[in-house]
Amino acid sequence: MMEPAGFVEIRNLHRHFGDVRAVDGVELSIKEGELLVLLGPSGCGKTTLMRMIAGLETPTSGQIFIGGEEIDADVPPRARGIAMVFQSYALYPHKTAFENIAFPLEAMRMAALAVRGRVQGAAKRFGIGHLLGRRPRQLSGGERQRVALSRAVVRDPKVFLFDEPLSNLDAQLRAIARYELKELQRELGTTTIYVTHDQVEAMGLGDRIAVMNKGRVQQVGTPQAVYDYPANTFVATFLGSPPMNLLKQDGDVILGFRPENFFPHEVVRPGDDVATFRLRVRQIEYLGATRLIYGVPEGAHDDVTLIADLSSQITTPIAEGETHLFAVPRQALRRFDPTAGTALSDGAA
Amino acid sequence: MALPSRVSPGAAALAVSFRRRTLADREDWLARLMLAPALLYVAALVGVPFVLALALAFSGARAGSLDFAWVGWHNFLTIIPDPQFQRAVWNTLRFTLVSQVLVIVLAVSAAYVLSAAFAGRRIVRFLLLLPWAAPVALAAIAWTWIFDSTFSVINWTFLVMGVTRRWLYWFGDPALATIAIITVHVWRMFPFATVITLAGMSSIPQEINEAAVVDGAGFWRRLFQVNLPLLLPIITVAVLFGVVFTSTDLSVVYLLTRGGPYNSTHVLASLAFQRGIFGGDLGQGAAVALFLLPVLVVVAVLMLRTARRAEVGT
Repeated sequence: MMEPAGFVEIRNLHRHFGDVRAVDGVELSIKEGELLVLLGPSGCGKTTLMRMIAGLETPTSGQIFIGGEEIDADVPPRARGIAMVFQSYALYPHKTAFENIAFPLEAMRMAALAVRGRVQGAAKRFGIGHLLGRRPRQLSGGERQRVALSRAVVRDPKVFLFDEPLSNLDAQLRAIARYELKELQRELGTTTIYVTHDQVEAMGLGDRIAVMNKGRVQQVGTPQAVYDYPANTFVATFLGSPPMNLLKQDGDVILGFRPENFFPHEVVRPGDDVATFRLRVRQIEYLGATRLIYGVPEGAHDDVTLIADLSSQITTPIAEGETHLFAVPRQALRRFDPTAGTALSDGAA
Repeated sequence: MALPSRVSPGAAALAVSFRRRTLADREDWLARLMLAPALLYVAALVGVPFVLALALAFSGARAGSLDFAWVGWHNFLTIIPDPQFQRAVWNTLRFTLVSQVLVIVLAVSAAYVLSAAFAGRRIVRFLLLLPWAAPVALAAIAWTWIFDSTFSVINWTFLVMGVTRRWLYWFGDPALATIAIITVHVWRMFPFATVITLAGMSSIPQEINEAAVVDGAGFWRRLFQVNLPLLLPIITVAVLFGVVFTSTDLSVVYLLTRGGPYNSTHVLASLAFQRGIFGGDLGQGAAVALFLLPVLVVVAVLMLRTARRAEVGT
């Protein structure tokens, strides 16, 4: 049998609920110290996959390795060397922050004195040392999240599992928490699997992103590779806001290009290699830093709306109702197979 | 404002009456009206007997006579040194406490079993609730057969299994009779406690238990450090209910042992019945019955306070 290459290695993993294939043959290799984000829409199987790694769910078939050891159903969660942060934080409501953080250490039967030292150390790291006597209900959302993180960090796990830990924070706090989380992960160097449906979070946090849909991994790669060279039309439209423009062409190919690579023809330097489209402008949204132009290409086969995401530096006057010539640099064009949706030759990273 | 001419006079009248405030709009009066039947019921069937009992406890009233002599604390002073009364107080306390401890253990265990997914769970839940629904008198007849001196199925089972070699006379021996009474109390209260506990358990977020699993806690640690503390408020409600029901219960003792053998299993309720109704000393009976009242009032207040705060989870 082949030695597992990654620190966390997942081979042909399945989890079926009756006829539903929640996880349908996932292969993943996560390097030691890496932060891998599982990204996908709700119901894509990312949480089920994480729960199987945690041992909260039993795989229908397939293998999981952590640190070179196979983790099958006989290895209970406590023996897997993992720590998990839940979306709701799942703090014990009747315990103080101190008792919450100490709980995994007590479960390891660590001596009380050592427990105290480690809890205080973890709390200090997250700046919640003064809150240790409070119960979860007396803490704000951000403080609860820090208690949950402390509880995960305190026992030096081999792998962190994060299940949308930022989704309960308000937008402002989330950006700060994201930054802090990445810093923490780099500092500790602990292999981390992070589940989210938020692409901004995924792009910002992940060393690599595994995009999932319908129980399968669609693409694994660095945020840039996944964004610039989507492996198929699902990844192309799931990542990016607004999503990649897809335009069916004659000759059995779907053209894809990002809205931010779609310019009015006036700003293209002469001599640049571009593809042009005449766009009937339907609607314009001013968003401060950018301007979104929605339009229908002339001569398109089906009712497709293309979006141009123009930065505020592009001041070309464009009005709703007019027909305007737009252009895409040819190097920004991606081609997809119209039946399978997979990227054609030049789409591969 | 004038009505548009198209509106017929009938419709106009309807519109006017529609605008008038009806009883349904007057929530202050509606509330009183709707509460009235319940208040009447409680006043007639609980309030009047209660006041009567209070009055009787301080009187020398006897059955078969209309005399109502005020005797002050005499009835209480008579019963307190009475060994049979002391025995009844002691029995009431220990029957209640022992049965409630057993009820908690059984109810939590049963709730654990019933919250697990298995085939036939609905049927088991239904069967478990039957004792709660069965009429006490009917159940007591079944239990008198189960503990019968000649036909006891328990004895038969024990003999066949080799648990005991001798025939047990359940109602002939004070210790065995105590066991029998507590058994029936537990059997009666535990379905209710199980249902309450089950409801409490289902309100604990699943993620909390999963977090405990991932944190490395085994079954007992999860039970004693996570689930039981979270269930505590709701179990308290079940226990306090159980305490009130069990300590004031007449039917089990009366139907099973009638206080025997040799008055060893009387509780306050059965002794009150014996003294007041059979003995005809209404005053003393009332005094016996009211003896636990101060304790139960405290229990009831605690119960209501806990019930109000009984919420599981964050």
